[in-house]
Amino acid sequence: MGVASFDRATEQKRAWNAAAAVPDPEVPCVTVADLGMLRSVEIEDDVAIARVSPTYSGCPATLAIEMAIEVALREAGFEPRIERVLSPAWTTDWITEEGREKLRDFGIAPPAQASNSVRALFGETVVACPHCGSTETEKISEFGSTACKALYRCTSCSEPFDYFKCI
Amino acid sequence: MAGHSPELREALFELLLRLGDDCLILGHRVSEWCGHAPMLEEDLALPNMGLDLIGQARSLYTYAGEVEGNGRTEDDLAYLRNDRQYRNLLLVERPNGDFAHTMLRQLYFAAFMEPYWRATCGSKDETLAGIAGKAVKEMAYHIRHAGQWVIRMGDGTQGSARRMKDAVEELGHYVDEMFGTDAVTDALAAAGIAPDPAALRPDWDRTIEMVFSEANLKQPQIAYPQRGGRDGLHGEDLGHLLAELQYMQRTYPGLNW
Repeated sequence: MGVASFDRATEQKRAWNAAAAVPDPEVPCVTVADLGMLRSVEIEDDVAIARVSPTYSGCPATLAIEMAIEVALREAGFEPRIERVLSPAWTTDWITEEGREKLRDFGIAPPAQASNSVRALFGETVVACPHCGSTETEKISEFGSTACKALYRCTSCSEPFDYFKCI
Repeated sequence: MAGHSPELREALFELLLRLGDDCLILGHRVSEWCGHAPMLEEDLALPNMGLDLIGQARSLYTYAGEVEGNGRTEDDLAYLRNDRQYRNLLLVERPNGDFAHTMLRQLYFAAFMEPYWRATCGSKDETLAGIAGKAVKEMAYHIRHAGQWVIRMGDGTQGSARRMKDAVEELGHYVDEMFGTDAVTDALAAAGIAPDPAALRPDWDRTIEMVFSEANLKQPQIAYPQRGGRDGLHGEDLGHLLAELQYMQRTYPGLNW
């Protein structure tokens, strides 16, 4: 059954929904759409083309995410193709409002809006604790459990937490 | 890539190898700290920085293979060349030494690559501009991390300050090579594909000066800077590094995961 026999816009929407539901393997509370990694899904010549922007050059999850999107599209009945899009470069500004909320619920402080200026080398960012909301927090380490996170501690409630780094 | 003349493609291939080799070799060096760093946070930080660099190397090698047009993959370029065919800077192959050496080397390289990638974001070559767009943010992060350590150690105890001063003396010999120009860099700068490395010196000096002024350090006067990496003339340390990096492919040619 060729996808061409369906209404194109409806099919495209269905393909988007299938791909958009794929969770991030390292932060499974958010989907690739929440993170802004899934740039577009289009159907051309019966092939569903998903364009994906990696978060970090060396993120080991990139390949796993691309394969998961491929599987999700195939399971939804599409012939998938994944295209990696480097430009424009992914930025934490692309994380949706819903994605930021989900990160907070999961105990990860979402990135401060408006990514860091490359010149602001030693500028400190104010990060609110995802547990108690206090802004009395301190950085423990610039690098956390994954490439995309830093480690913080709340001095009000004493809980350590991950901060989704701003790039 | 489309539309480049054969001469320009050749220069672009050479540049992609240089940049890819810088990233791969430094990424490997940094990864050698995994499990040996002085504290848990650094044991996470160093492999994270290594991952950034190896990720950049992968993009650069993949594109180099396309530009060359002989079907070589990123793996062929990373695993199946000899030391004389590597084009990396001597700086990045320097052994890790102590933590001061490692952090200063990281700062020196990142302080060069951050303005390099920033300028390359406007490249007439779209693929290279795309790689630059990702890498520039990562390098800014590396400057920040390494810079904080250089300040902490340079402005720290007698022991840490001595180590950092030793590192400044030793690595000073490898600074000038970063800004070296030749027919390859000239051709690509003229075509608007990549920046002229020599033009980035003021940016580099500014970053280093900013860090050094807080770290109580001074840049040394170097009478005879070391060069040769861009022409494949390396120190013996690269051979040892490649022996480890390439072991699996050399022992089991064509091995796949």
